[in-house]
Amino acid sequence: TYMPRPGDGATRNVTLIPGDGIGPLVTGAVEQVMDAMHAPINFQKYEVHGNMREIPEGVIESIRENQVCIKGGLMTPVGGGVSSLNVHLRKELDLFASLVHCINVDGLPTRHKNVDIVVIRENTEGEYAGLEHEVVPGVVESLKVITKFCSERIAKYAFEYAHLNNRKKVTAVHKANIMKLADGLFLESCREIAAQYPSIEYNEVIVDNCCMQLVSKPEQFDVMVTPNLYGNLVSNVAAGNVGPDHAVFEQGASAGNVGKVEMVEEKKANPVALLLSSAMMLRHLQFPSFADRLETAVKRVIEEGNFTTKDLGGDCTTQKVVDAVIAHLD
Amino acid sequence: SFLRRLSTTTPITATLFPGDGIGPEIADSVKQIFKTAQIPIEWEEHYVGTEVDPRTQSFLTWESLESVRRNKVGLKGPMATPIGKGHRSLNLTLRKELNLYANVRPCFSLPGYKTRYDGVDLVTIRENTEGEYSGLEHQVVRGVVESIKIITRQASLRVAEHAFQYAKAHGRERVSAIHKANIMQKTDGLFLKCCREVAEKYPEIKYEEVVIDNCCMMLVKNPALFDVLVMPNLYGDIISDLCAGLIGGLGLTPSCNIGEGGIALAEAVHGSAPDIAGKNMANPTALLLSAVTMLRHLELNEKADQIQNAVMNTIAEGKYRTVDLGGKSSTSDFTQAICDHL
Ligand SMILES: Nc1ncnc2c1ncn2[C@@H]1O[C@H](COP(=O)(O)OP(=O)(O)OP(=O)(O)O)[C@@H](O)[C@H]1O
Ligand SMILES: Nc1ncnc2c1ncn2[C@@H]1O[C@H](COP(=O)(O)OP(=O)(O)OP(=O)(O)O)[C@@H](O)[C@H]1O
Ligand SMILES: [Mg+2]
Ligand SMILES: [Mg+2]
Repeated sequence: TYMPRPGDGATRNVTLIPGDGIGPLVTGAVEQVMDAMHAPINFQKYEVHGNMREIPEGVIESIRENQVCIKGGLMTPVGGGVSSLNVHLRKELDLFASLVHCINVDGLPTRHKNVDIVVIRENTEGEYAGLEHEVVPGVVESLKVITKFCSERIAKYAFEYAHLNNRKKVTAVHKANIMKLADGLFLESCREIAAQYPSIEYNEVIVDNCCMQLVSKPEQFDVMVTPNLYGNLVSNVAAGNVGPDHAVFEQGASAGNVGKVEMVEEKKANPVALLLSSAMMLRHLQFPSFADRLETAVKRVIEEGNFTTKDLGGDCTTQKVVDAVIAHLD
Repeated sequence: SFLRRLSTTTPITATLFPGDGIGPEIADSVKQIFKTAQIPIEWEEHYVGTEVDPRTQSFLTWESLESVRRNKVGLKGPMATPIGKGHRSLNLTLRKELNLYANVRPCFSLPGYKTRYDGVDLVTIRENTEGEYSGLEHQVVRGVVESIKIITRQASLRVAEHAFQYAKAHGRERVSAIHKANIMQKTDGLFLKCCREVAEKYPEIKYEEVVIDNCCMMLVKNPALFDVLVMPNLYGDIISDLCAGLIGGLGLTPSCNIGEGGIALAEAVHGSAPDIAGKNMANPTALLLSAVTMLRHLELNEKADQIQNAVMNTIAEGKYRTVDLGGKSSTSDFTQAICDHL
């Protein structure tokens, strides 16, 4: 267990990107709550927006130095010719894994019980390689790239995660019956790593069947490891499953999370997902007692159900929820 | 066209592939129900051969394929592809030879059969010839492989056209194009562009675009949000299975393939279930509902409704259900119950 020692609370710098749409609203929530807890964190704020041509100077350097960044959504223009800034950030910093944890939260009625799924998604290659071209007018190609290096790296991350968190099973998601070489290489890498972790059960599931199983019997899954695109879909299916009419963990499930215009205007975005994500961040920074305090407060607010946003059945503004969380801090 | 054929009293000839495993049993069930409902269809039965036909490089014979081409309508039970080298899979042969470019799967809740979702009533339309399934893959260097996704204007227009036509013919209000054009700007971008072009020709039908990941989440939260969905190959594969999962699995989902020159080949998408073959236990619902999509394609809508209602009522009533739906009925008792409900 973690024992706070004097001097251990040295302040850590964290890069903060409020982003677009509801981004500033929900990152603002995190700032306020961190402040109320006197968490030893110093935010370095940078303005980045989805319509920028490139990431402004200093941002990447700041993230590199701090090694930790919290960010609201960046709008991705559809078909605008500028490649997604989110993808750019991921590539630049080699953020190779995306981790989405879908779990039932007490107090929220859901379609499925006992869901506790961790989706670990390869985040740098695959269908998101951005290699596309027009062969002749009316015929375009897009390349999906799978490498042994990235596949092994993500598989290792998944098994190591499973091992450290006492998870029993890792499921690889693929479509190797059709993409024999590409998804085949992904599976081959997973199998090799699986062999190094004999105590963890390993199995494989085809992506279409996987989604069918996820909506009918999600309890059967534990840790899932996937190439880029399938991970995006699987995590959205899984996240949708644990929400009532709407999911709590959308912030985790989507990279963009820009939100609807009305939600931004009325300042009614749900800050819960980003608050829970920042608890993950506190844990990552080895401030577990702060993480626990934050999580407990958030969970209590949800359980009591008096201060929730529209997606969870209430009608509160972001600020009301933030105030409630702060009031519930021990 | 078909309308002309319908005005005469001569029956329509349709090709029937009973298939393997439970196939013949559930095909018998369809035949019996069609007969009882007095549907003017004459079946031309074809079985998968025991040897590879050199003209098709497959166990499917040239005559079988000709039969579908001539009749332009067919119904196919599950087929187990024999294992071994030197021949093409049966499904691939059918798809390539008949150029089955769109896969249409209506997906609706069966009243009385409780799943976690009610009120689902949507149709997925999947492009079925290109995209991620092009089969073009290569190794660049050791440990690095590439797989090519191809999107063409021709195939995209064709499937979009079918989606809007389908929506119009079936009184549907909305078509949603599913994509990931924020990431695959050129390929999915082209697909969207084609959908938009076609949408303009159908001003009475609402058109919208939904990013695939968002679509997944919306489907599991509230599937009633969707009407007709049209999408490239891989997304269609995933979304159609996801939708089948919402209403209780492949044993209940109908499917119909649309090919060049107006061919419609309806099929059950479940497997041949060798474990229960010949035991009078199989559930014929998926094949039957697929046959219903065939009737709709022939614009025999009244007959289609009659059969679909009989199936729904039989299942809703709950007295006769096959084992997979938690009942104890045999295939023949369930079939008889449907006939009684006609
Ligand atoms: N914090 C939040 N509170 C309430 N609703 C939210 C929140 N975040 C997202 N939403 C809603 O969830 C839906 C999905 O939003 P999201 O921004 O993830 O879109 P997306 O198209 O999936 O983006 P991406 O490209 O990142 O995947 C939208 O209707 C949005 O308004
Ligand atoms: N290399 C290839 N190139 C083109 N098509 C292929 C290739 N390999 C397989 N196919 C075909 O692609 C089709 C779709 O395959 P898919 O994996 O989606 O089938 P499935 O998921 O089992 O069936 P369904 O999606 O219809 O339930 C099949 O008909 C298969 O024969
Ligand atoms: Mg998203
Ligand atoms: Mg499939």
